[in-house]
Amino acid sequence: MSFDDAYQSLTDHDDDARWAYGTGFTDPLAGVPSALPDGVDRGDLAAYCLMLGDDALILSHRLQQWVTRAPEIEDELALANIGLDLLGQARLLLTRAGEAEGAGRDEDQLAYLRDPGEFRNVRLAERADADFAELVARLLVFSTWRLALFDRLAATGDPVVAAIAAKGVKEVSYHRDYAAGWVVRLGDGTELSHARTQAAIDVVLPLSGELFVAHPVERRLAELDVAVDPAGLRAEFDDVIAQVLRVATLTAPSQPSPQQSPGRDGDHGAELTEILAEMQGLARATPGGVW
Amino acid sequence: MSEIRHEWPLFEVFVRAKRGLNHVHVGSLRAADHAMALHHARDLYTRRNEGVSIWVVRSEDVVASGPDDKDAFFAPSGDKAYRHPTYYSIPDSVPHI
Repeated sequence: MSFDDAYQSLTDHDDDARWAYGTGFTDPLAGVPSALPDGVDRGDLAAYCLMLGDDALILSHRLQQWVTRAPEIEDELALANIGLDLLGQARLLLTRAGEAEGAGRDEDQLAYLRDPGEFRNVRLAERADADFAELVARLLVFSTWRLALFDRLAATGDPVVAAIAAKGVKEVSYHRDYAAGWVVRLGDGTELSHARTQAAIDVVLPLSGELFVAHPVERRLAELDVAVDPAGLRAEFDDVIAQVLRVATLTAPSQPSPQQSPGRDGDHGAELTEILAEMQGLARATPGGVW
Repeated sequence: MSEIRHEWPLFEVFVRAKRGLNHVHVGSLRAADHAMALHHARDLYTRRNEGVSIWVVRSEDVVASGPDDKDAFFAPSGDKAYRHPTYYSIPDSVPHI
């Protein structure tokens, strides 16, 4: 009887479709109309979906690397959950990118068969974390920015992208909550945890500049109301970060404002090459392999 | 925070699967405080859509009956079948009894 079984939802299925293991995923946008909004350039929309999808895909991989290395098993699972949320967003956005491109590439081809120069993620996503404090500082910066972005994107003109953003808002809210909780806990913790968290903020926050540089693709699409100009997210971002730092008894370092976001044009560091070698190795070694 | 503990305390987790049902004990976890315990419970025990509400309680605050008291506590009710509503028929339209 369901009365005393909180897990009945796990057992009253008669197939394995709900489990995400192995290959054989179905198109995550199956049944969703794939038409593009009027006047939107296919290449631009594909590039934009790749930007946001690659951000999620690459950060998800970095989070997965924390599994078996997190300080507590409970946090390990929290990080894995956040990584899975981002992977889900990446699947939808890469699939939409493939549709917009119209060349028949699906999410797997886009994730596994592109070279580093074709990835459009911000550099912040690919960065390796020196310690747990850097991880939560980076996650705070990334999710605060992405939440502000998705909040606005949910009201824009491509119905598929808007729906993906609306779904993502609830997920990213939790990611921000989780990261902010740890930054406050460690910042307002012991002398040692405070020092290490301040050091992490000093390193990570100045990297946030690239997040607010509008790429020409973003600018063109924003004019058609199918994208968000990231420059407009700065005020909300600064406000949220200031609130968290105040409670955490941390101080913000001075931030240079960069004029460009090299990652958006495929200009990445060696860190992305290393991530892709790990992420794509199996798929490239066994093309079309299933299990 | 002056005292540094190297192991987080244990919490018991109760999840309510849907409105109208009871919270049910689903397991335990470690966390530094109640707020973190709620977050961890959400991540550990509701990631497959099991719940609509979570309770967490410090394990050391749970008072349990001991095995030595088993007979005095439970045996006397064993032969009092009249306390079961076995002899009533329950309409199909009444769930969760």
